[in-house]
Amino acid sequence: MTRLRPVLLGLAGIVALVVVWELYKALGPANGVVLFAVDGDRGSGIRILPRTHDRAMPHVWDMVARLFGASSGGDSTPMWQLVLAAALTTLGVAAVGWALGLVVGAALALVMQRWRLAESGILPWIVVSQTVPLVAFAPLIASLGRQASQGGFPWPEWMSVAVVASYLAFFPMAVGILRGLQSPDRIHLELLRSYGAGYWTTLRKLRLPAAVPYLLPALRLGAANAVVGAIVAEVSINMEGGIGRMIIGLASQGSSDPAKPWSPIFGAVILGLVAAGSVALLGLVLSRYRRGEVPA
Amino acid sequence: MTIPATPGAGVAVKAAGVSKTFAAKSGQVHALDAIDLEVAAGEFVSLIGPSGCGKSTLMRLIADLDQPSGGRLEVFGKSASQARLDQDYGIAFQQAGLLPWRTVAANIALPLELHVPSKAERASRVAELAAMVGLSDFTGHFPDQLSGGMQQRVAIARALAEGPRLLLMDEPFGALDEMTRERMQTELARISTETGAAVVFVTHSIPEAVYLSDRVVVMSPRPGRITEVIDVPFGSSREESLRESPEFFAKVTAVREALHGTPVTRADER
Repeated sequence: MTRLRPVLLGLAGIVALVVVWELYKALGPANGVVLFAVDGDRGSGIRILPRTHDRAMPHVWDMVARLFGASSGGDSTPMWQLVLAAALTTLGVAAVGWALGLVVGAALALVMQRWRLAESGILPWIVVSQTVPLVAFAPLIASLGRQASQGGFPWPEWMSVAVVASYLAFFPMAVGILRGLQSPDRIHLELLRSYGAGYWTTLRKLRLPAAVPYLLPALRLGAANAVVGAIVAEVSINMEGGIGRMIIGLASQGSSDPAKPWSPIFGAVILGLVAAGSVALLGLVLSRYRRGEVPA
Repeated sequence: MTIPATPGAGVAVKAAGVSKTFAAKSGQVHALDAIDLEVAAGEFVSLIGPSGCGKSTLMRLIADLDQPSGGRLEVFGKSASQARLDQDYGIAFQQAGLLPWRTVAANIALPLELHVPSKAERASRVAELAAMVGLSDFTGHFPDQLSGGMQQRVAIARALAEGPRLLLMDEPFGALDEMTRERMQTELARISTETGAAVVFVTHSIPEAVYLSDRVVVMSPRPGRITEVIDVPFGSSREESLRESPEFFAKVTAVREALHGTPVTRADER
């Protein structure tokens, strides 16, 4: 029963979302609610509730049916296969970005733990780095990549996307791993010192195992960030084949086939869940280091 | 594999005029001043005194976890830091300080992993130590599955892992209930006799100090110094019955008076 509980709660959450969606669609005004609208001036005012007609808010069952229907009429490939292929492409790129972010984040955390000066010197810049808007940053990476390609260094577009994903992913991982490496109690550090253990031994026997409870939530946040980063970067770099491009591409068809753009959005949601879930599997492997787990 | 220290063969700890000052907001704090102390090999010495008397600080200096501000400190004729690197002492704190991701056996094996390359040798040593502290049936357990007393036994086994000639203990039974505490004291008395190691034992319990020690060193605070050293000549057999003997009570009274009475001003004090 205790194992089923999270599953049931998760299902209940989805059902609640569907109910709220359909309830509002049934009860809300067709043109939504707009405040401070000026008569005769189309598009003026502030929309505080969305329109509820079928073009703005398709029924949940229409959206699901569209996902399992043909992509463009007739015998064309079912929509879900296209979504799956695009989601897998993005997942692969996000995974590369996540791994890259993990390497960079772990290296930064190790350096910051080893030298206090490095921590006070680097940590503020790491925080600042996250305030740079991705949409501004992604094309820059892409153009650097194109220059590298022209210079003879093979740099496909997906690598630029992976770099942007890693840029978003390394941050929670660097901060989380740093906290984990700093987590051992003084008594444990003094114990290792009494054994005459040096830096590397202390790292291997104490700091790394002690960091695991902090590492897992950090890896999960990193995975979610990598997916978001990959999707945003696909759009702003214009990389074809991924779920980000698919969302943008189908959004323009919204007026004629309003349920269709929701298919890749479902795909993106499932993509995020798969990414976070894979990290949870990693947690099972490392479970013995999670005794006395700390809430993240 | 236990290295027996022959009592009387040399000096385990020798402190001469050792002092320690800490920098604090309100100027300097004299934690220790003019400490002269000798602990013979195989001798059990307790440091007792009110909080702030520097008894833990003195133990930390011997362990080379802090460095003295003045004076000379030798452990087995070497500097404290050399003695630490040579693994001449084992240490146990008030908290057991076990690594939660390691089993009992792996916790005991931790110091051995750093210095004993042979896996088989480590395993047999761990089995020996677990038996010594009565935890042979629990080697596969994790620390969170053990009571406080059992955790502290693991910590003691870990401290004894490399057969040290000196055992440093900072209120190791301070967090235990009275019943467990007395049982642990009896076991420690047996273990220290068995191993022949010298022990420097920090405590603030008078009966505990008297029950275990060959000598009780009474300290006073601000600045931390030794006010009196009381011999406890009960020999090496510390039976439970000792706790209720008149000689025991007499020594408890003597230590209590040394702690609460007007400090004896020694000639070498300023």
